[in-house]
Amino acid sequence: MKDTIIYFFTDSVALKVLIGITIISATSGIVGTFSFLRKKTLVGDAIAHSLFPGICLGFIFSGTKDPFYLMLGALITGWLSVWLIDLLAAKSKLSSDTSIAFVSTFFFALGAVLLSYISGSTNGNQSGLKDFLFGKAATMTNEDINVFVFLSLIIVLVVILFFKYFQLISFNKEFAKSIGIKVNLIEFLLSTITVLTVAIGIQSVGVVLTSALLIAPAAAARYWTNNLPKMLFYSALIGVLSGVLGVFISSTKENMPTGPWIVFILFFFTLLTLLFSSNKGWFSMVRKQRLNRQKMAEENVLKVFFQLAELGIENVTYSEFLNKRQMDTKELTNTIASLIKKGFVNNDFQLYKLSDKGEVEAARIVRFHRLWELYLTKRLNFKEDHIHGTAETIEHLITPEIEKELLKELKFPTADPHNKNIPY
Amino acid sequence: MELNDFLTLLTAITIAVSCSLLGCFLVLRKTVMVGDAISHSVLPGIAIAYLLSSSFNSVFMLIGAAIFGVFTTLIIDFFHKKLKLQEDASIGITFTWLFAIGVIIITLFTDSNTDLDQDCVLFGELSSTFLDKIIVGDFLMGTRSFWMIFPVFLIIVVFILFGYKGLSIISFNEDYAKSLGINVGFINLIFMSLVSITTVMSFESVGAILVVGLLVIPPATAYLMTNNLKRMLIISCFLAIFSCIIGFYVSILIDVTASSMIVVVSGCVFLFTFSAFNIKKMLNI
Repeated sequence: MKDTIIYFFTDSVALKVLIGITIISATSGIVGTFSFLRKKTLVGDAIAHSLFPGICLGFIFSGTKDPFYLMLGALITGWLSVWLIDLLAAKSKLSSDTSIAFVSTFFFALGAVLLSYISGSTNGNQSGLKDFLFGKAATMTNEDINVFVFLSLIIVLVVILFFKYFQLISFNKEFAKSIGIKVNLIEFLLSTITVLTVAIGIQSVGVVLTSALLIAPAAAARYWTNNLPKMLFYSALIGVLSGVLGVFISSTKENMPTGPWIVFILFFFTLLTLLFSSNKGWFSMVRKQRLNRQKMAEENVLKVFFQLAELGIENVTYSEFLNKRQMDTKELTNTIASLIKKGFVNNDFQLYKLSDKGEVEAARIVRFHRLWELYLTKRLNFKEDHIHGTAETIEHLITPEIEKELLKELKFPTADPHNKNIPY
Repeated sequence: MELNDFLTLLTAITIAVSCSLLGCFLVLRKTVMVGDAISHSVLPGIAIAYLLSSSFNSVFMLIGAAIFGVFTTLIIDFFHKKLKLQEDASIGITFTWLFAIGVIIITLFTDSNTDLDQDCVLFGELSSTFLDKIIVGDFLMGTRSFWMIFPVFLIIVVFILFGYKGLSIISFNEDYAKSLGINVGFINLIFMSLVSITTVMSFESVGAILVVGLLVIPPATAYLMTNNLKRMLIISCFLAIFSCIIGFYVSILIDVTASSMIVVVSGCVFLFTFSAFNIKKMLNI
């Protein structure tokens, strides 16, 4: 491992690859975040495919493999593809995914035709063009790096200068339009930097895999934060980490492809984030759901104790309880055990009774329930037999603030619509 | 017509018609990108099957393809429904990942002399399919590529004929189909397996990306022309055949790859139809 690291900082070719990949990944991470938020990640895939004919055209017209001409060609067909996707979506009944798939395959086929035309007429002088298809991370030249640095700087500069606008149209296009922002112009700018990013991206991982550089870091970053500047930073960071790791892994063996390894690692970063991220990850969601379910079960049990006490049954047996409310016996056992632990319920030889603390808590829930029923009938004109279900859900959600408002609104009532006492 | 041209065209047309038939349902159900994803994701299946049998043995290929095709839809669903990632991103990261695995397997485990290389994966080699003829006794039975796709074509036709009612209801309203008691999950499973099998059986001839063109473009063109599913199926088959014939001869004329030219021709037909309809609409106003 140490040898590999030393090798990277002493060998100029390897260092070049590392620098190039870092730049490409960071830029893709930043620009991809906007595509992700606008739910247009697959447009990135279509752009990647449609750069191919542009590169071939650039070569045909200039007769050289000068990156400038190839990029210019790529930029033109890339723009065309974005324009065509929007046009098809606006002027035909095709869904947007059909438009995207049409544009990407049509342009790609066009590129393939042009490539075979070139190889037929120029005797294999086109070898460099294929690098665009599969990426050429391992054979980057100084000239390539210069182009990458230059374009990345432009892209980052555009993002910084127009950050406010990009943010607005990513989150709420309609609002941006309503306050007089020229949405078309901003979208055009955003497509342009996307095209540029994809154009440098396909040189590291190739046409098919470039969209992963745009999507995966942004998707992972989305699960870490809700804050856009932070998201941009994380996305770039994840991109760079995967890029560097990919370069290391692919350098361990001869002929290992760099691009696919980068994508492979990106996928795992994303998957791990989606599973384990602390606020929105799958595991934390499952935990939150379980806690929520438990809280609701506890509140429901307390409520039943309260209702039974109202009927005069203070010491409750299981069967009395289950007569009042259908519940899974095992769930009931668990919930009561947890309530006893919290000191809300006392157990006296299979007879269960609310403690003083439990009584206060139970009264609170019953109060919420009944207040809400009253509110529904008085203010929203619900029929009395339609209100129980909603109240059953909302009682778990009402906060002390809402309670205060309800009390004020209903002028501290004493009885609910079913003429039951509202406990305070 | 020369025999070799005829054989090549026959393969191309069988592939294109199979793709069009399936593509109609993809277009109607707005799941084109899932089809696109599948066509990329079968690559590791192909690579593994190739390694195991060291040839393009159809049985291994079929199994590999079906497994990876279904696997792809499962992963996309897992990301989208369980992990709550937006759908486009779920599709995007899934197919790129599987494609990357495919490329890694190919470069790691195959040497440079094998038939399986990246070029072949992307473009296919339609114009050389006639080289691999199957001859029984003295009798020419057609090419191997043709016999790979032809059974799949028959299965698709049978599937659509027998499942037509279910498929059409599912395509227009999945929830309604569920309420009628149609086994939507099962039909989806078979359908996606068919998409992946078709992709694999035709990838040698047209490549992983161009096969998506055949899946999408003729049905999308037909969809512009009609709202009737039966007509849409028939029109898209005709368009597919038309594009194959024109594309094939143009490709010979200007000496470029046939499979890409076929997709380009069908794309031009699409653009022409699209413009014609819009001009018509404009003139009416």
